Amino acid sequence: MSEKPQLIDKKGLRVDGRKLDELRPIELTVGSVDNADGSAYIEQGKNKIVAAVYGPRETHPRHLAQPDKAVLRCRYHMAPFSVEERKSPAPSRREMELSKVIREALEPSIFLEQYPRTSIDLFIEVLQADGGTRCASVTAASLALADAGIPMRDLTVACASGKVDGKIALDLNDTEDKEGEADVPVSLMPNLDVITLLQMDGMLTPKEFEEALSLAIDGCNRIYALQKEALKTKYIAIEEELE
Amino acid sequence: MPTLYENKQLVTPGDLLAEGDYIASDNTYKEGDRIYASRLGLVNYERRKVYVVALSAFYVPVVGDLVIGKVVELNTGGWTVDINAPYLAMLRASDVLSRFKPQRDDLSRFFDIGDFIMATVVACDRTRDPLLTVREKGLGKVNRGQVVKITPTKIPRVIGRKGSMIGMLKNETGCNITVGQNGLILAEGRTPSDERLAIMAIRKIEMESHTSGLTNRVTEMIRKQKEGEARIE
Amino acid sequence: MSSIVISKIRQKQIADLIASGKRLDERGPTDYREIKVETGFIGKAEGSALVHIGRTKVLCGVKIELGEPFSDRPNDGVLTVNSEFVALASPEFEPGRPGEESIELARVVDRGIRESKVIDLEKLCIIPGKTVFVIFVDIYVLNHDGNLIDTAALASLAALLNTKIFNYKLKEDGEVEIVPGFNQLPVQNHPIAITFAKIDGKLIVDPWLDEEKVMDTRLTVTFDKDGKICAMQKGGQGVLTKDQILEAISVGKQKADEIRKLVV
Repeated sequence: MSEKPQLIDKKGLRVDGRKLDELRPIELTVGSVDNADGSAYIEQGKNKIVAAVYGPRETHPRHLAQPDKAVLRCRYHMAPFSVEERKSPAPSRREMELSKVIREALEPSIFLEQYPRTSIDLFIEVLQADGGTRCASVTAASLALADAGIPMRDLTVACASGKVDGKIALDLNDTEDKEGEADVPVSLMPNLDVITLLQMDGMLTPKEFEEALSLAIDGCNRIYALQKEALKTKYIAIEEELE
Repeated sequence: MPTLYENKQLVTPGDLLAEGDYIASDNTYKEGDRIYASRLGLVNYERRKVYVVALSAFYVPVVGDLVIGKVVELNTGGWTVDINAPYLAMLRASDVLSRFKPQRDDLSRFFDIGDFIMATVVACDRTRDPLLTVREKGLGKVNRGQVVKITPTKIPRVIGRKGSMIGMLKNETGCNITVGQNGLILAEGRTPSDERLAIMAIRKIEMESHTSGLTNRVTEMIRKQKEGEARIE
Repeated sequence: MSSIVISKIRQKQIADLIASGKRLDERGPTDYREIKVETGFIGKAEGSALVHIGRTKVLCGVKIELGEPFSDRPNDGVLTVNSEFVALASPEFEPGRPGEESIELARVVDRGIRESKVIDLEKLCIIPGKTVFVIFVDIYVLNHDGNLIDTAALASLAALLNTKIFNYKLKEDGEVEIVPGFNQLPVQNHPIAITFAKIDGKLIVDPWLDEEKVMDTRLTVTFDKDGKICAMQKGGQGVLTKDQILEAISVGKQKADEIRKLVV
């Protein structure tokens, strides 16, 4: 039998000292990629992820354009040095699935019908990964879209919960993701109260799942406040400087 | 019937701005009887109208707009022009030549790739790319001066109320300033350093557009720069 | 992603019917189409099953080889699930490398099998760190008429239940030799995937092709034999409310129990 590390200690604290419902430290910066139409950078625990948006712009190749709405294209990609064991730069099946899932998480928020025949290209690069990268990516990507001035129904925010050593916990890091019993990434448009990304990996009873879902939604709402602040920061700083 | 923010407060996409019998205007959308912001910006309530002055948005062509664009392609029928919009614009050869013969007429003699032109948008709808014209007086190739690109939403600020800001810029820098609705601005001055000064001022307006007392601060900045340059000379 | 456009009249028909609780083929919102399972279809594979749900046809073949374990799991055998949207199965499929939908399907089916521990991978280990059994589950879509995920998941489970693993002998030089004789692959769980489509705010189970073209969101929930959830995947450009998700779980659990009886 392989040895399983203890993920929650006697005091109910996790491997990184957090409580069950505690988020990792998060820092969001908007506008870090000058050349892009919009961009954002997120650090969540040891995750370091950049999201950049180009568009809406003419679709290339032309035949991929839709006549009645803009097309959101998303590329989620991990840098070779982002994980413990070097990852080949070629897109893996996981990256392809996540590109799709992240794209579908963001599409509902964008007024795609307003820009027919164009494409909005979203690039997500994971510079360092430590569990929960798809959620951190969605959070940063939504800010990048807002930074690009793309009209949206709401910001989209994401957070994962899961089961670790039998307990439902929030925002799993890489160790907890690998050694834990379940992982539930969720993304939300908070003002409209609808879920745009939902996956589950592991084993949960329906009751445990419901608890995990509620906790993830709670995490999302907390991160939403940070997103709004990050968007406003650039402008508030200028105002304060002038006072 | 509540409005949920103060006038000129900073709002983000998804913020609920008003509920009830209001009209959703620029950069907002209505769902049921609730009006939400769709872009980051400053919310404004004008009687029943709710709108957001966006801090960041790209240019969407509107018929009648004066735009400054860059020629990016020569085609059989005319020129493809980048007007800083999600769509590339077209300028037809027939707009410039009454009878266009592809074998005889070399389009690049008129406008070549890389040239800036001043044009007006004559047609634009959901199914076609925008169409331009250079027929009116003052339009055509940009031969001198410097072009600067700013966020299109800040253009009104560069012009100012009743042209107060742009008037001040022209006076203080001695430059002729043409403002394209698509965010591109042309500054033509007596010297390159006059033009640079105008551009510096425009960039400052873009950065601080959401603050008050801007006209005075920009005037001051320009004067300080001129003093500084005079001392060096 | 589809290039075959559904007519507006049809779209409206489907949506109107669903609003009144019915579907074009007279099914109720929680009814599956007719399900047929045929095992042992491909004699040359170690295990196989052909599953029809309505006119959707998916064949799954299981092949077993000897190979090396993953470096971070030296005591476990290897299970890999692949899916091919065979070009002949639909006017929309093109030959070539798997697209995002095919990859997503394979990964969702894989999760259902892996997380519910259908196979105890440790039992597939022969020489730790050196030689293990490698199980290839290959999903082959033969006709696409909607709900590929559930059909593929069911075909994979039926194929694994049908799989025979060959006997081996450990020689003195440490090499592994295959000897005559087979054993049934020990299968210890029976995950069933249930997919919902959301159309005009209503959830229906087992969408057929035209319903898929009209739906705005898709939700797949996979249940193991004890009613635990072992995989979940939302797909599509739409949204879900928390209540809709909980409704899907409640209905899905029942349906999974019903469908499981067809293979176990």
